[in-house]
Amino acid sequence: MSAAALAAHGLRKSYGPLEVVGGVDLTVSPGECFGLLGPNGAGKTTILKLCLGLIDAEAGDIELLGEPVPRRAREARARVGVVPQFDNLDPDFTVAENLVVFGRYFGLRARDIEARIPALLEYAGLAGRAGAKLHTLSGGMKRRLTLARALVNDPSLVFMDEPTTGLDPQARHLIWERLRSLTQEGKTLVLTTHFMEEAERLCSRLVILDRGRIVAEGSPRALIGGHIEAQVVEVHGPSVEQWMARARDLAPRVERTGETVFCYAQDVEPVLASLRGQSELVYLHRPANLEDVFLKLTGRDLRD
Amino acid sequence: MSYGKLLAPPVLSLRFVPVWRRNWLVWRKLALPSILGNLADPLIMLFGLGYGLGAVLGSMQGTTYFAFLAAGFVGSATMYAATFESLFSAFSRMHVQKTWDAILNAPLTLEDVVAGEWAWAATKALAAGICMLLVITAFGYASVPLALAAVPAVLLIGLAFAALGLTINALASGYDFFSYYLTLVLTPMMMLSGVFFPVERLPEVVRAIATVLPLYHGIAIVRPLLAGQISAAMLGHAAVLAAYAILGFYAAVVLTRRRLTR
Repeated sequence: MSAAALAAHGLRKSYGPLEVVGGVDLTVSPGECFGLLGPNGAGKTTILKLCLGLIDAEAGDIELLGEPVPRRAREARARVGVVPQFDNLDPDFTVAENLVVFGRYFGLRARDIEARIPALLEYAGLAGRAGAKLHTLSGGMKRRLTLARALVNDPSLVFMDEPTTGLDPQARHLIWERLRSLTQEGKTLVLTTHFMEEAERLCSRLVILDRGRIVAEGSPRALIGGHIEAQVVEVHGPSVEQWMARARDLAPRVERTGETVFCYAQDVEPVLASLRGQSELVYLHRPANLEDVFLKLTGRDLRD
Repeated sequence: MSYGKLLAPPVLSLRFVPVWRRNWLVWRKLALPSILGNLADPLIMLFGLGYGLGAVLGSMQGTTYFAFLAAGFVGSATMYAATFESLFSAFSRMHVQKTWDAILNAPLTLEDVVAGEWAWAATKALAAGICMLLVITAFGYASVPLALAAVPAVLLIGLAFAALGLTINALASGYDFFSYYLTLVLTPMMMLSGVFFPVERLPEVVRAIATVLPLYHGIAIVRPLLAGQISAAMLGHAAVLAAYAILGFYAAVVLTRRRLTR
């Protein structure tokens, strides 16, 4: 038995002629927060479903918490929590009923679940809301309830499919803080996201997926250091086209999306110097981040 | 998914029980409109047609038309209760609310979920059938205690139509899809299965079709029991219903696997 919390080798999955997952290897150590990043359609959700044993791979081996998947997926899922991409809470139930009913699917007794509810609701910032009807909750509250529901069986690993999509910044920050406290408790987290900021803040290690394949792997720092120049200058304005021609000599990498030019360099002083006095050009100077790595590796084209 | 895996016989366990209990908890919250919907409709039809048409028709097969029709309506009310639960309600849990997706993230299999829905729809059908039996008994149109033997028959009718409904559910693209099944399958079945008039009145060819329909076999058990008769032929009818229930459940599991686990 391997010591990894999750290990997958050579995963492949196609839908007709479309290869959604094309030979993916993953190893997640216990207690780490691991990120699956990729544009829409990169295969993130499909990989999660494969790891949970909900769909069958054409090829590859999966071991989740020491259990071979899909053969013993059910046993593995007993020790796993899942926060799905789309809300599937029970709209007919109160907050507490959602937790009790879900806990019963794990074979837990109502009495034992009820004993856990105050702590779960406290954790989710829903204390005192046990009897609230679901339609009275905001989007952020529902998301937190989904997170609490995923913890009802005290899992050792939690899968999260885009946990903060559609949330406002306050709600997002609260979720991030809660996820950090889970890793501090020693739980393993596997999350998919296309928010680079989220991955950068939470993940100790991540892979970037594109068209079903891993295109980069490492810690956020290592990826930024290894794949991209340290500084970025974003420029836009009416005469940006003429300026861009000159910029190509000032920075090793210059890219354009629509009306905005991105200059990447270890030292952007020459770029900044050429912009001074150009009152019609607006520019932003910032350190490179994971999003820049992501866009460099997966391209700037739309993916839907 | 390989054909072997797709067609594998379902492995059943008691894990379906929490799925059943989930639906039961929802039903408890919405019980009154649900009971009204399931009962008022067949009862209004029964009393309207039974007394109204009965006054014109006189007796049928040696009994009052009301008693004849009442036995038929036990069968059809059970059939519709199982059908509506396994079509519309199961579809909203599977496709609209994604309740099944949530359950499948827990240590339950698709078979457990389909079995839970099957048991639940059959339970609702059983309740609808028992309510009809109680009303009919209260009005003195059922032979007690033999009418009690109709209860297991009602359960079989419920299991058969719940399984068929879940099969259709697995194929449905949307709620509109169910109109085909309701209009093209169940309505003719209601006409051909001896609910309103004896099957013996039908032309031979049509009668042959009627005898393969599950509702026909259900009513063939319930009607004599309510009239105080019992016979060995009932076992044959029960076997047909059981076959519909078991094969229907298997078909529902295979088609749901094809729909959800690819």
